[in-house]
Amino acid sequence: MTIDTPKPTTGHEQRVARTVVIRPRRSASLAAITEIYEFRQLFVRFAKRDIILRYRQTALGVVWVILQPLLGAGVLSFVFGSVANLPAPAGIPYFVFAYFGFLGFGAMSGTFTKAAESVRANAAMVTKIFFPRAILPMATCGSTAVDFAVSLGLGIILLLVTGVALTPRILLTPLVFLMALLVGLGPGLVAAALMVRYRDVQYIVPVGVQMFLFASPVAYQFSTVPGSVRPWLRLNPGVGVLEAIRWCALGTSEIDRVAVVVSLAVGLVGAVAGLAYFTSKEQGFADVI
Amino acid sequence: MSSKASSSKSIEVQGLSKSYRISSGVDTRSAAEAIVLGFKSPFQRSKNTTFNALSDVSFDVKQGEAVGVIGHNGAGKSTLLKVLTRITRPTTGQVIMHGRVGSLLEVGTGFHSELTGRENIHLNGAILGMRPAEIKGAFDDIVEFAGVSAFLDTPVKRYSSGMTVRLAFSVAAHLRCDVLLVDEVLAVGDANFQSRSRDKMSSLTHDGRTVLLVSHSMEYVNSLCERTIVMDQGRISFDGPVREGTQKYLEVLRNGSSQSEAMAVRRPGTGEMRFVNVKPRKPGFTAAEPKVIDFEVEQFAPYEGEYIISFHIIDDSGQPVAHCDSRVLGKSFTAHSRLQGMFSLKTPWLKPGSYYINAFLARPRVAVVDEAVRVGEFHVDPVLPYAESHDAELYSGAPVLSDFDFV
Repeated sequence: MTIDTPKPTTGHEQRVARTVVIRPRRSASLAAITEIYEFRQLFVRFAKRDIILRYRQTALGVVWVILQPLLGAGVLSFVFGSVANLPAPAGIPYFVFAYFGFLGFGAMSGTFTKAAESVRANAAMVTKIFFPRAILPMATCGSTAVDFAVSLGLGIILLLVTGVALTPRILLTPLVFLMALLVGLGPGLVAAALMVRYRDVQYIVPVGVQMFLFASPVAYQFSTVPGSVRPWLRLNPGVGVLEAIRWCALGTSEIDRVAVVVSLAVGLVGAVAGLAYFTSKEQGFADVI
Repeated sequence: MSSKASSSKSIEVQGLSKSYRISSGVDTRSAAEAIVLGFKSPFQRSKNTTFNALSDVSFDVKQGEAVGVIGHNGAGKSTLLKVLTRITRPTTGQVIMHGRVGSLLEVGTGFHSELTGRENIHLNGAILGMRPAEIKGAFDDIVEFAGVSAFLDTPVKRYSSGMTVRLAFSVAAHLRCDVLLVDEVLAVGDANFQSRSRDKMSSLTHDGRTVLLVSHSMEYVNSLCERTIVMDQGRISFDGPVREGTQKYLEVLRNGSSQSEAMAVRRPGTGEMRFVNVKPRKPGFTAAEPKVIDFEVEQFAPYEGEYIISFHIIDDSGQPVAHCDSRVLGKSFTAHSRLQGMFSLKTPWLKPGSYYINAFLARPRVAVVDEAVRVGEFHVDPVLPYAESHDAELYSGAPVLSDFDFV
């Protein structure tokens, strides 16, 4: 043991001497992934910040989170349940059916929208401080998860009040949330990278979300979709998530397994591809934002 | 422990270049436009000119060395720092840094006004790359140095701006690292805190750390560094001891510190008219003599009517010393294809140090036409107009030497 070079950073913890190499990098690389892992603490901090802000900034913070799916489900039950008279599965009030549809949809669209806006919203930081940029969109998942948990809690109360039988399957809903996360994250990463370069992407995002709402069985049952359209609709990764969340929460007997597999596969591939695209573009963020 | 040989070098910069593309045609900032353009002319690449912010920069920094990088605005020193801090990637070349790298670029980035002081310390520490245990360990020191212990659980939006900045600097200054990259961040807080943060900086510099300090203040570089790198137009024009570097920098200033036209069109403003040259007649003035600055304005697009010019003189800590608006003199200018003008500042006398000029050209009450920040820099020599008084005390306290007389 020779201590010949006095380290300027003598702290109580042992530090690994690191070497940083900076070179031009134009495509996605594995190094980007290890970097994200190295900055995992920042991921936790950003997620915490978003959660604190969401639930503190306004007194209505929590109320909003509850109100959103309630209002959404309310509008859907009026338009589709009462006016258009769409059926809900036997024994389940249309409102409850729509609420859980909205819950699953909200998890996907929330992940997508928040991730898409994250980089632009933190532009000042991006031009001043280095960190793997992908942490910004990924950390938004924290507050989306808390939103989901709060809405799920309300959903369970709703089930108890309306007398829909709770089954042990409800314990699987966190897994469905992860599925929804994957589905939303891929497009969210791509949109976040595009939004840095192109300002009008922020106007395209809500339009896309709206189209996604109607292309997914939020207000209607997938099983009522005409057989000829069904194979095509299955390509929408949202279908599997919605089928799965209703299977878990409402105890519906039918579930379209193919759609669930498609959801998982598209979600996974999309998230990986989205991350690859994002990391290939992130080098230029500070120059164009 | 095999890295002993390489540990003598802390930063190795090899053949570093960074070029930006400046699109001379339509700047597509909307996806719709980009798609339409793509359909219209799918094989035509947009016409771009490249601007080399850094070209072929190489240097080494030994472990424990403090190096000051100076150069006028647009010389490439900020770009160099951005590459070293990994905010942006180089176009070619590479940098190798040994040890843990910390940076102080702009204090307070990432602070959130809704979060409490305590929460912001944790968040900001994480942004700067500190580990949770490290933040906990330094927490009390950070709070004490910033002097905000009574307001730790108050949201930062209730802080005074001075408190916020003190807290931000304090967090950044407690980052433990082997290599410290610093942009001028010291012009913060009140006079008392400024001197404390200067002390902190000099203790950081003399702690065995490797420090790379980017500054346009020669005085500052002088006080902290033994070696200086002078940058000019993206290249290193001098690398060596501070004293010689200071001379070299003055030479660079003398040989024209005006910004090129290519740079001028990238500035903010509506752009019909632009300053193409703002240049002090001498690189150094004495405190008492009028500071004469020559400037040229060129017309880039049709412009109707009159415009006004405003020069702001800013000292090296970023404080404005004088706002000289042509409206105050009841003067405005009519559009010409090219205007050559002269500006002179007679009072107040400026205390010794370096100053730069922010020049504005505006259509009164309508729009800023050109906003040229940090064009033209000059120095006021540390020679006092008072006989036999070269005592620094005379000018260190007061903000300016006033034009006064005793009867």
